[in-house]
Amino acid sequence: MQEFLQQVVSGLATGGIFASLALALVLIYNAMGLVNFAQGEMAMFATFIALVLIDHGLSYWIALPLTLVIAFAGGVVIQRVVIRPVERAPVLTLVIVTLGLATLVNGMAGFLFGYVPRSFPTPFSASTVNILGALASYQDLGVIAVSGVVLVLIYLLLQRTTLGLALRAASHHPDASRLLGIRVSWMLALGWGLASAVGAVSGMLAAPILLLQPNMMQTVIIYAFAAAVLGGIESPLGAVVGGLIVGVTVNLAGAYVPGVGGDLQLAVAFAIIIAVLIVKPNGLFGTASLRRV
Amino acid sequence: MRRLQQSPARYALLVVALILFVGLPTVVTSFQSAEWTQVLIFAVAIMGLNILVGYSGQISLGHGAFMALGAYTTAILVHRYNVDYLATIPIAGLLTGIVGFFLGIPALRLSALYLALATFALAVITPSLIKRPEQLTGGVRGIEILPPQPPDFANSAFTAVTGGPAMTSDQWLYYVCLVIALVLFWLAWNLVRRRPGRALRAIRDGEVAAAAFGVNIAGYKTLAFGISAFYAGIAGSLYGLTIGFVSPDTFPVALSIQILVGAVIGGLASVPGPVLGGIVTFWLPIVSNQFVGSQDWIPAQVASVFKNAGPAVSYGALLILIMIFAPRGLFGLIVSAYTWLQRRVRGAAERGTGHAPPDPQTV
Amino acid sequence: MTGRASWPAAVAAFLVAVSACGGSSAASAQTDVGITSDSILLGNTIAQSGPAAAYGTIANAENAYFTYVNGSGGVNGRKIKFTILDDAYNPAQAVPLTKQLVEQNQVFAMFSGLGTETQTAVRDYLNTQKVPQLFVATGATTFGADYSSHSWTLGWQPPYQGEARIYAKDILANHASAKIGVLYQNDDYGQDYLKGLKDGLGSNASMIVDSESYDVTAAASSLASQLSKLKASGADTLFIFATPGFSIPALVITTKLGWSPQIYLNSVSAPQVYMGIAAKSGAALTNVTSVGYIKDPTDPQWTNDAGMMLYRQVIANCSTCNAQDGFNIYGVAVAYTMVDVLKQAGSNLTRANVMKIAATELNETNPFLLPGVTVNTTSSDHFPIMQEQVETWSNNAWHLQGSLINERGTL
Repeated sequence: MQEFLQQVVSGLATGGIFASLALALVLIYNAMGLVNFAQGEMAMFATFIALVLIDHGLSYWIALPLTLVIAFAGGVVIQRVVIRPVERAPVLTLVIVTLGLATLVNGMAGFLFGYVPRSFPTPFSASTVNILGALASYQDLGVIAVSGVVLVLIYLLLQRTTLGLALRAASHHPDASRLLGIRVSWMLALGWGLASAVGAVSGMLAAPILLLQPNMMQTVIIYAFAAAVLGGIESPLGAVVGGLIVGVTVNLAGAYVPGVGGDLQLAVAFAIIIAVLIVKPNGLFGTASLRRV
Repeated sequence: MRRLQQSPARYALLVVALILFVGLPTVVTSFQSAEWTQVLIFAVAIMGLNILVGYSGQISLGHGAFMALGAYTTAILVHRYNVDYLATIPIAGLLTGIVGFFLGIPALRLSALYLALATFALAVITPSLIKRPEQLTGGVRGIEILPPQPPDFANSAFTAVTGGPAMTSDQWLYYVCLVIALVLFWLAWNLVRRRPGRALRAIRDGEVAAAAFGVNIAGYKTLAFGISAFYAGIAGSLYGLTIGFVSPDTFPVALSIQILVGAVIGGLASVPGPVLGGIVTFWLPIVSNQFVGSQDWIPAQVASVFKNAGPAVSYGALLILIMIFAPRGLFGLIVSAYTWLQRRVRGAAERGTGHAPPDPQTV
Repeated sequence: MTGRASWPAAVAAFLVAVSACGGSSAASAQTDVGITSDSILLGNTIAQSGPAAAYGTIANAENAYFTYVNGSGGVNGRKIKFTILDDAYNPAQAVPLTKQLVEQNQVFAMFSGLGTETQTAVRDYLNTQKVPQLFVATGATTFGADYSSHSWTLGWQPPYQGEARIYAKDILANHASAKIGVLYQNDDYGQDYLKGLKDGLGSNASMIVDSESYDVTAAASSLASQLSKLKASGADTLFIFATPGFSIPALVITTKLGWSPQIYLNSVSAPQVYMGIAAKSGAALTNVTSVGYIKDPTDPQWTNDAGMMLYRQVIANCSTCNAQDGFNIYGVAVAYTMVDVLKQAGSNLTRANVMKIAATELNETNPFLLPGVTVNTTSSDHFPIMQEQVETWSNNAWHLQGSLINERGTL
């Protein structure tokens, strides 16, 4: 029982990291109906920028907001330069462009920063706290807590502000929105900027635990996909809940399901994706949408 | 004969290309033949992906997994059961094709985006899936395939033409791959020209309308998956034979991305596109890693960026640029250039008669 | 058409060739493919991009050493030209690139190819072509053990199984009632270590109460799952057979789970720089043992050591190399052995002779290895380095224990 509880608690801890990146994926989807294959790499790159700032003497609490601003700007620039020319292209084109972006950013990071894993500072202490006999560190709890805060902020933005409404409108009904005076193209840029900033948060949460190196987010993004798909790809709440569930499931499946071992953890995430897409494609919190012809 | 007169350029080009490919090993080194063999293998895999992505409009980012299946089928049959290596090639293709067909069934339920996600995840877990059944796949130790020696008839023919040393295994494998590639390309060309190709394109361009016309959507889409996997399986089998070794890390996610890049850069929904794609896919890392560094006229800083940033940056940048500026790939660019030229040359004459120049895209 | 007219030319050429042969067979100066009057061509494929790219710096460090040697006149008047190609750790790229180096670039020998899968893939080809596959950068035991069937292939670093046997010896000697849990990477690397441990424990292999593997596609934080299973199995000793990207989080997570087993950490993950990251991230590191055979650049005890000072001078030739990285001193050390072998070949610079020296006549003291470690091969032993020394971690540093342990003759 004790060990089972520990597996669950550790799974929640890992799930927090998946949730934080899934939030960025959900934001992009809300902005343009697309999943950004480069989200993880952009998050990693932003974290490297933060590290550069810190290495140059800036305190963590100054580097953090500065990185968010840079990440936001970077997201906007990428949308304007790379995505806008292919905005109306079919899904395949956009998928390929984001894949190309992922490859490019990963290669640039490797070239600029090298491949040796590095530590990254965290405001949370590494000491542990006892939850019903299972142990988790303040860092792990911090990841979940910050993801929760980001979730609330995103929810407030999307559901409670005019800007959020405009963002969602621009994504679902671009032509009608234009008629209403919404600058659709800039809404998309805003979406990308926000997603990039959220991704930067995710990277800075994950780096102290996963160690910062160019390939840090390469497989995390698949777990994040699983989280977003499970939770409902439009729902920020779904992203967080999905992330936690994926984290726990991966741990439990690896530990207790015969035939699945620790070496097939990512395959478990894949199985989750397939199972959700076949059984309940809209995920836990997503809403079914009608396709009009 | 009349067809030759109507569009001499295209068919003449084809004949020339054919002569080049057939004659290649007689004029270059054995090693260079081996390089072009890899180009052919990629072209076959890319053709397969093209049928799925370009013609039926379904995205797959996981074709490396199909190649792995084909390669391991050949490796296991040859290494463990002493099956003749040539016989394993169609077996690998058929097996992979059947698996692909059945995978196409759940794929029907996935929208384009989700299909991309799911196949991408499949590509990433492929190495770990291969490692699992260790008794069968040899796990991380991999399986070695001894290089097949050329049969006597091929050796005599080759030495008669070149007047040189005996045919090497690499040169023989080149011809094996060339024959298979020609057959498969001819098959694909027929497929896209006839009803299946039209049905696939109808589905790609407007599924609902195609259904309204009575096209069996599910049937054709799963068929496309199966055929696409068949091609990838054959390519994988040849891959294993020419490399002489299969192991989990021979099929990383980068391979699936490479094939997709090749399909897109070469030109989707075209038959010659995959050949161009194969050339780019194979030569790009070599050019960025080796060629650029060896050229004296390129400043050292620029060259070292190319070498150290690796193929990743070149691939990524190329992919983005092509999608923005030349979404129909290199073949599309060539066709556009040809059309533009044609219009310039014939435009003056046609302006009088009011006839538009023939559309070269009628393949 | 030109046949008839050119036969006098052919005869003349033939006579010249014969006289040239006659001239060179008198002296013992012989060369081979890849040797010119002023250079020796060496080839290498290594991962410089992709998930294993962290290893890529090894080739750059080797090149730094060759640059240093060339600057002092080279090897018997010849400079070493080292061609490094990126295979991204993929055998499907290593094979064509190796063929290119052999058939197109015409290298004299392949040196320090990295990766078990990649080097296995090219091994048969190189042996058939009789091209030396020297000092492969992997500890997979097969490269030394299969000498009889592949006499053109040679390893260098202590084989993983040998290292694991030393751990087994240490455990049997000092913790005979230990209950062992093993966390290992699910590839040739981790599996080879595990086999060595089991073989070294022999009849006591039942001391291993649980072993858990992980794949390199795992998110490092998910290792908590394997580690808490190991903890729950009752193990009081933990073996970590992992690469640094995973061993560091494993050390942190072990502490986080409130577990303080006796930890054995494999040598690749032991460099001080990684231990430092682990400590900063919260790992307790109270009871960690490893082995070493090479000097660690971050270890203060070597600050004024002649070998270490030479290393620092050499590594300055590589602008992208981090001098503190343990991979880099590995590269310099193995390059030292390569140059040593070439020097010993003297004027008989043929592939066969160089291979003979490397595989059967090596007897070298290397300034970058721990004092007492010799690089040795004989006609019956083809593992160049088989000595390591146990070290334990305390006060933020490794401390060598006892004396060198020799694993010769056990594999």
